[in-house]
Amino acid sequence: MRLSRRLFIRDGVATVTLGLAAPSFLSEIAHAQGLSSSKRLVVVYLGGGNDALNTLIPYQDASYYSRRPTIAIPAGQVLQVGADVSGRALGLHPRLAGLSNIFKDGRLALIQRTGYANSSRSHFEAGDIWGTANPQSSIGSGWLGRYLDTLPRPLDALAAWNTTGETPRALLSALSGVPAIPNVATYTFASPNRGAAAADEKVAARAMAANPAAGRPHLAFVNSTSLGAIETLDRAAQAIAYTPSVVYPNDGFGLALRTVAGAIVRGVGSRIYWLQTGGFDTHAQQGAGGGNYGALMGTLGDGLGAFYTDLRNQAQINDTTVILYSEFGRRISENGSNGTDHGAAGLMMALGGSVRGGLYGTAASLAPGNPTLENSSGDVHYETDFRSVYARVLDQWLGVNSVPILNGDFRAGAPAIF
Amino acid sequence: MSPAETDNFRDMSTAAAVDYLVDYEGRPDDVDSRIGRSDHAQVTTRDVFTPDIDIDDARQRWLFRMIHTRRPLQEKMALFWHNHFATAFSKLSADSGNTQAAKMFAQKAGVLRGPQGQLELFRQYALGNFRDLLLDVAQDPAMVVWLDGKSNTRAKPQENFGREIMELFTVGVGYYTEPDVYAAARVFSGWNLRRSEGFRADDPNSYQEFIYNADQHDTSVKTFSFPIYSNGDKTIPARSESGGMQDGVDLITALAMHPETARRLSRKLWNFFVSEIIPPDAGFVDSTAAVYLQNRSEMRPVVRHVLTSSWFTDPSAQFARYSWPAEFVTRAIKEVGWQGFSLDKAKSPLSNMGMLLFEPPNVGGWPTGSNWFSTATMLARSNFAATLAASQKDFLATALTPDGTTPQGLIGAMLDRVTPAPLDTAPQDALVSYLLAGGTWTGSSSQISTRAAGLARLLIGSAEYQFV
Repeated sequence: MRLSRRLFIRDGVATVTLGLAAPSFLSEIAHAQGLSSSKRLVVVYLGGGNDALNTLIPYQDASYYSRRPTIAIPAGQVLQVGADVSGRALGLHPRLAGLSNIFKDGRLALIQRTGYANSSRSHFEAGDIWGTANPQSSIGSGWLGRYLDTLPRPLDALAAWNTTGETPRALLSALSGVPAIPNVATYTFASPNRGAAAADEKVAARAMAANPAAGRPHLAFVNSTSLGAIETLDRAAQAIAYTPSVVYPNDGFGLALRTVAGAIVRGVGSRIYWLQTGGFDTHAQQGAGGGNYGALMGTLGDGLGAFYTDLRNQAQINDTTVILYSEFGRRISENGSNGTDHGAAGLMMALGGSVRGGLYGTAASLAPGNPTLENSSGDVHYETDFRSVYARVLDQWLGVNSVPILNGDFRAGAPAIF
Repeated sequence: MSPAETDNFRDMSTAAAVDYLVDYEGRPDDVDSRIGRSDHAQVTTRDVFTPDIDIDDARQRWLFRMIHTRRPLQEKMALFWHNHFATAFSKLSADSGNTQAAKMFAQKAGVLRGPQGQLELFRQYALGNFRDLLLDVAQDPAMVVWLDGKSNTRAKPQENFGREIMELFTVGVGYYTEPDVYAAARVFSGWNLRRSEGFRADDPNSYQEFIYNADQHDTSVKTFSFPIYSNGDKTIPARSESGGMQDGVDLITALAMHPETARRLSRKLWNFFVSEIIPPDAGFVDSTAAVYLQNRSEMRPVVRHVLTSSWFTDPSAQFARYSWPAEFVTRAIKEVGWQGFSLDKAKSPLSNMGMLLFEPPNVGGWPTGSNWFSTATMLARSNFAATLAASQKDFLATALTPDGTTPQGLIGAMLDRVTPAPLDTAPQDALVSYLLAGGTWTGSSSQISTRAAGLARLLIGSAEYQFV
């Protein structure tokens, strides 16, 4: 079989778009690569800069309350998760009952104070840095894209599944394109005609998209994107024919999780799933338990709670790991709008049937002057390099060598979440 | 371009065409008065059409303007500014309710009580003075809600607007510091909103308007890392509460006239008008930035410079941009046809293409260029082509029948209407095969009706058509 590779330049990275595998071969490739039975990684990106201090609350730190007079979560409302190794008592946001239950199962890892030196306070630069896994560069390929590049060729066109409409930096790569399938229901090929003419149009569209467009790399890129769509239609449709064992929340995040569960249970075989839920740029009216931030936490906790339970019921949870991160944490002190501005270190989370749950790292002391703070004690200083968490996931979960993918050895000091 | 527009421009020199586009004020801004005409694209009305207070009606009106305006460059620049000052309906709606949020985006001056909407500001300043636009945007209620200025107070300055005005609206990352952000937040303290008397969120005549709350302004000195004044002074002096609004005027003027703002806008204009395939040319950026600074941030001479530059007219700049979804939809409708087509039908497709108007993903605007394209968004584009072609089946059949005696004739006639980048032999062959797939070509009316629509779908949905 033939596999075309079309070079396409973005930010100086040669990005090769989807391989042109014939559909009948695709599942064979998936099986040959062991994808349908392998461990898979679900990445949830919290867009906007999640306020880690209101996700995992240091409810015995007096400075937490004095610096957040209107948005601190009352100690009596937090969902206690015990104390970390430094003895600081911590609790989850009251709307995170779904995550709290997973924690009680011993399958939720909370990795405190993750980040990097001189944390960027720009959403876009910071988001790209978490994508490239290189604090010195917000351009170039992404860490998950470089992982996909290590998979055997020809690469299954659905080796990764992006549930958002645009490709995030983390999935950009030199050799592997990732289809974007935010909504399986509209992931179809429409026609102004019915019957034979409609079928003829699909044939013609495929033939047009298969044009290598020699010497026109940008046209070739769009062509192969188009072809990638046509080639993945039928398999992606399998996910929608799925009946979950639980009721998912009827919001965008819940529906994306339901689609991912469908793809997993129906054996589509993707190794990486990318999800995103936004609204975390809470400069105003965060609320103290309820409010804007409470709604965000409800969406997150209810969705992931349903997903975890569903995959456990379907006997898929042991082969599934979910990791969550955001581009930065937020300022410790609230602003004049009952919200918080852009900060530094954040909270990473991992959950799944094979995750060793618990509290990792140590909470900051929020009293001004404490060395766990930075930026004139305005922000939380990082303790765990985010790349060490990536390294753990790559080495211990996806079973590849993290060093070349991360362009460095970050294995030392990685939280032992597997 | 619609066939009528093609006729209009065909005999114009390049210079005359540029003048026609840039000096649009000589032609009336009468497009809204033509909404409802049967020979124009249609809008879907739910009871009554209220584009000043209903966001979906406002979306239809904007698309209608893009298609039928006599001033295409005005609408195109309004779209440019919408992306540059990207503000999203969802946050405004959560803050102020659907009616007020729609009004903050879309009210035409004077239709209801209260200030004109943000889009009208962008249309007003489409080729106006950037510094003046920036000053008005800083006081635009939609922006003040969007970046939380309404609660920027002396005691607790709010950094959101202060950061983004430097990072995204003017100089860009690398030309300001974190302390600049904190100082800018204090500069804009007291730049808040007030509600009209007896304000009710669901009352179309209620409104919010900008107010400078003198007693919420931090009056102390603010020092920046870059010059604020033409003498090189980097410090905004301490002022009285009542005079403190001048702090913001000084900062906005300094940012608008900053050489890096000139360069950043020049690069964005390169991407918007010239090419996304070739990186911004250094000579272009230098010369465009110089025109901008010489003209004290007047955009009309800047855009005229862009459109008359050798870079714009160079053949390498043809089909060198990935069309934005709103551009794609507008162009497809103008080229295929709009008979009886409701612009409401473009809403979901545009959303699936990644560009619901008034709903950019974040304050950075839409990721443009190749970022528009994924398998899902490409499907959304080609499926919109199918929807549009289905709606224009009879119209296309009538228009193309004279040329439909042969497959090649039909393709030629279609390519007189729709304008993809040049097709290689393979896709041309695929189109001929498509026309012949149903059996021998007879040119019968049913054959033309079916296959002309299919042909339009294939061309509008082709990779070649996604470039402008």
